[in-house]
Amino acid sequence: MIQNSGRSGCLNTEGEVHATEVKVNEVEFNPQFVSRMIPKLEWSALIQAAEGVGHRQDLPDTLVSNYENDEDFLHKVHRVLLEVEVIEGSLQCPESGREFPISKGVPNMLLNEDES
Amino acid sequence: MALHCGKTCRQYLLHLAHDSVDFRLPELKALLALRGRQCDPSEAFREKSPFWRLCGLLEEDVRSVMSRTVCGKSAFELWGHGRTAAELKSSLLEYPIEKMTPFLQEESTYKINVYTFNKTLLFKDRIEKIDALGFLPFKGKVSLKDPDHIFCLLEDYGLDPNDIPEEPFHIYFGRWVADGQRELIRSHSVKKRHFIGNTSMDAGLSFIMANHAKVKAHDLVYDPFVGTGSLLVACSHFGAYVCGTDIDYNTIHGVGKASRKNQKWRGPDENIRANLRQYGTESFYVDVMVSDASKPVWRKGALFDAIITDPPYGIRESTRRTGSHKEIVSPPEDFSGESHVPVSMAYHLSDIFADLLNFAAHHLVMGGRLVYWLPIYRPEYCEEMVPLHPCLSVISNCEQTLSSHTSRRLITMEKIKEPEKSDVLAHLADSRFSPYQGHNSFREKYFSGITKKNGKGTQESCVYLWLR
Repeated sequence: MIQNSGRSGCLNTEGEVHATEVKVNEVEFNPQFVSRMIPKLEWSALIQAAEGVGHRQDLPDTLVSNYENDEDFLHKVHRVLLEVEVIEGSLQCPESGREFPISKGVPNMLLNEDES
Repeated sequence: MALHCGKTCRQYLLHLAHDSVDFRLPELKALLALRGRQCDPSEAFREKSPFWRLCGLLEEDVRSVMSRTVCGKSAFELWGHGRTAAELKSSLLEYPIEKMTPFLQEESTYKINVYTFNKTLLFKDRIEKIDALGFLPFKGKVSLKDPDHIFCLLEDYGLDPNDIPEEPFHIYFGRWVADGQRELIRSHSVKKRHFIGNTSMDAGLSFIMANHAKVKAHDLVYDPFVGTGSLLVACSHFGAYVCGTDIDYNTIHGVGKASRKNQKWRGPDENIRANLRQYGTESFYVDVMVSDASKPVWRKGALFDAIITDPPYGIRESTRRTGSHKEIVSPPEDFSGESHVPVSMAYHLSDIFADLLNFAAHHLVMGGRLVYWLPIYRPEYCEEMVPLHPCLSVISNCEQTLSSHTSRRLITMEKIKEPEKSDVLAHLADSRFSPYQGHNSFREKYFSGITKKNGKGTQESCVYLWLR
């Protein structure tokens, strides 16, 4: 799921996502969950990640106000949060440039012994 | 809401399973807290009894608790109770008739069950007891199959199976309201789960943990030692969205050696997501990652409504983290991934919990809960060994005995304040915050107990790292 890019990356806020294989699943839409998730996201990181995997569609640059009642908007966020999945690709730490591979949908965030 | 208060308020009787006894009251308190209800046991309250009287609640509160509880078998609207049949009768005669009549209507059907705790009654004795309730104004027809209303006479013959009294200590009579969720223990049994590991959490306990954590629908729950995802299965059942990380590449990817007896390698449908799919909660799957819990990769801020986990104890799964150390250990021969698996070094038990509490303090929402197991060497246990953190308050501490000298304790903590810089150093300044030091010796003590029996020596080195 594209979740992590909004939240991970060597304890920093924005990591770049590269994808060689992306899958879009159909996941039951839950507006309450999406509404509650939005304040926890780094919006710019989400946009950047969505763009990086070619699924930004028409998500706005900045978060709209009163999004809780905008079901269309929530649907778009839901799609990017829960439905778009990076199967093969990588996450890149903006500070170190270190790339973390994503394989079969699972990111591998382990650092090597010489890196920690 | 009080447990075992006086007569005047409406009361409900909770009939509990005689199982995981220590975990029951914290579960009830957590589920009532989800309803915004406090729970105050009165002096008369006997926690070990399978019958608890609750008052100050609405029927919706009771139904809500029963929709979640795995410790509670059934709930009844209590119409009367007493220490003898005579006391029960006068108690029932005092119950307002207008509260009874809606359920005793002529056009309705009903049945009366008799339940006896710690005693088996002959069929004729049960019939006699039902007949003795003939003074109640039942106007409807008895129907054993699918009646409109079910009533129950419950008798408590004490807790000692070796000393069963002739007459019960206490008798209750009430109208059945709802059953608990004990069926989940069977339906979600690990025996039938697609994907398991050596330390997959038992179904009953995983639901109890989700309840202790006050997990609710639309929450985001995280397990930093997710393994095969048993805890995520339970949380997703209650409508929470779930994510997890684990340092073990094989487990996260669902590859490598199987844990089932007759199976050598894991099949294609064996991973955490498949487990959720098995129970119809795949839509709550957010993400899993291969990650080292001692080096978290999450951005700053309160992300999770609950963190629920069973950290490794170093017995059946190794405790490890990434990083250099003198002992270079090679990955096990069953490793079949392509990614690099970094060298592991021992992750001391005391560090695991300090890191976990610190992580929780930073990444839980305010009021969010951390629920985790703490392995204990019983001969040396004292309450001070439970790790503390200035931002987290201990809500409960329930013991599950594993052997004569070991047990594990389910610790529930709640975030009460945001971390400040000074808090990070608190554990260094105050030994109270790292009482688990030297607890890495839990593993040594566990094995010394065993090896004393075998009379063999033990080698304390990286042998433990791959022990299963």
